[in-house]
Amino acid sequence: MFMYSKKVMEHFMSPRNVGEIKDADGIGEIGNPVCGDMMTFYIKVKDNKINDVKFKTFGCGAAIAVSSMVSEMAKGKTLDEALKISNKNVAKELGGLPKNKLHCSNLGADALHKAIENYKKKQKNKK
Amino acid sequence: MSKEKIFFDNASTTRVDDRVFEEMKPYFKKKYGNPSSLHDFGDMVRKALDKAREQAASLIGANKEEIYFTSCGTESNNFALWGLARAYKDRGTHIISSSIEHLSIINPLKEFEKEGWKVSLVPADEYGSVNPEDVRKKITRDTALVSIMHANNEVGTIQRIKEISNITKENNILFHSDGAAAAGIIPVDVSKLGVDSYSFTSQQIYGPKGAAALYVKKGIRIKPLLLGGIQESGRRAGTENVPAIAGFGKACGIAENEMDKNNKYISGLRDNLIKGISDKIKNVKLNGHPAKRTPGNVHISFEFIEGESILLMLNFEGIAAASGSSCTSQALKSSHVLLSMGLSPTMAQGSILFSLGKYNTLKEVDRVLAVLPSIIDRLRKMSPLYKE
Repeated sequence: MFMYSKKVMEHFMSPRNVGEIKDADGIGEIGNPVCGDMMTFYIKVKDNKINDVKFKTFGCGAAIAVSSMVSEMAKGKTLDEALKISNKNVAKELGGLPKNKLHCSNLGADALHKAIENYKKKQKNKK
Repeated sequence: MSKEKIFFDNASTTRVDDRVFEEMKPYFKKKYGNPSSLHDFGDMVRKALDKAREQAASLIGANKEEIYFTSCGTESNNFALWGLARAYKDRGTHIISSSIEHLSIINPLKEFEKEGWKVSLVPADEYGSVNPEDVRKKITRDTALVSIMHANNEVGTIQRIKEISNITKENNILFHSDGAAAAGIIPVDVSKLGVDSYSFTSQQIYGPKGAAALYVKKGIRIKPLLLGGIQESGRRAGTENVPAIAGFGKACGIAENEMDKNNKYISGLRDNLIKGISDKIKNVKLNGHPAKRTPGNVHISFEFIEGESILLMLNFEGIAAASGSSCTSQALKSSHVLLSMGLSPTMAQGSILFSLGKYNTLKEVDRVLAVLPSIIDRLRKMSPLYKE
């Protein structure tokens, strides 16, 4: 549709890394159905790197494309590198997002960061 | 996209009927005069306006002197509210309306409030019906005007207008009804409905965009919204959009003559689509009234997923529909109609309106039914709210 870039539509129609990780090392959730978008990210961490990432998203085309892009950007990165992924970068990688979607749907990086925080907390508790 | 496109969004607008288009053609290059001019050029188009006025009046059981042409349904509704409220201010400054009205009623009412009027909105029940007794309860000594739509534009629920007008008459209160989703679609007789004014529009009934009308009952005063020349008996200034009005008139005539046939056909398609969706997809809910609904309305909530995503995937298949999800509105708010009917935010987000019309076919219904289950399934598998 005219409002979305080609890249957004491509990620929306064939999103990468959809699903759940049963024994995830970290889980991050953001948003709620009232505002229209809700994302859950699952990560597996090995040697301080994001070994695997999956997501589940309730939301509009932008929300799904953002989730897919974040998962692709995060895979293989160290935790510090992944924490540097920002919502702004994600939108840029997607070739831009409609103005009215920049705030409500562009929450993928936040959800990923929450999953990393969750992982770090778990590690701390283990010690 | 090589697939044939399917237009299931007839509530947003309709394709112009070929006969309507033919009716309009002469008024661009041959009969292009201004209807206010005193020469043959003016005379030719005055006749067109007169004919269209008769056709529009006939569609809703009015006299042609009671029809005022406007540019769109929104203008008709604004004209009715401002025009009646100002003309009858001596009766009071309280207006009663409903929470499921079109934005062309809801937003003017917000302006009324800013200007010191009191506005009461009666709720709708889970089927999108306004209870006439709720209107009665809101009446005060200061109530001047009641405005309740005839058919809801989103969920298609037909309101109990006659019962409401009995109440307004008992209390000497004016009654406006927005008939944009009703006139030309279901039978309308303004004298039976008992309304004082009634909006209806061209683009919902296979007429062109740019023409609509307001019925104002004989003897009712109304102040103009547009001031200027003395077009439309001084009640709506501005040169008339003659081609669009001529087309609107023709569309009214066709709608009146072919309504029974069209409605049998369209409601048949509708029932097929509703049944097919209910049979093939779990966790769905038909919104609106099960029986008292407009013939082409299929408003369905798909639980656990969001409407814009469904629309995008449908569009990819060449299928056009609409949604009440917040993501599809520029204001990023879920439909006020669905929320006031008590739908949960998730169900409002996952709502899709398929609105069928006379140019749709059973083959199209079947194709939608063939692709919809896998679209819903794909999105549900992505949703954190869905558990298989």
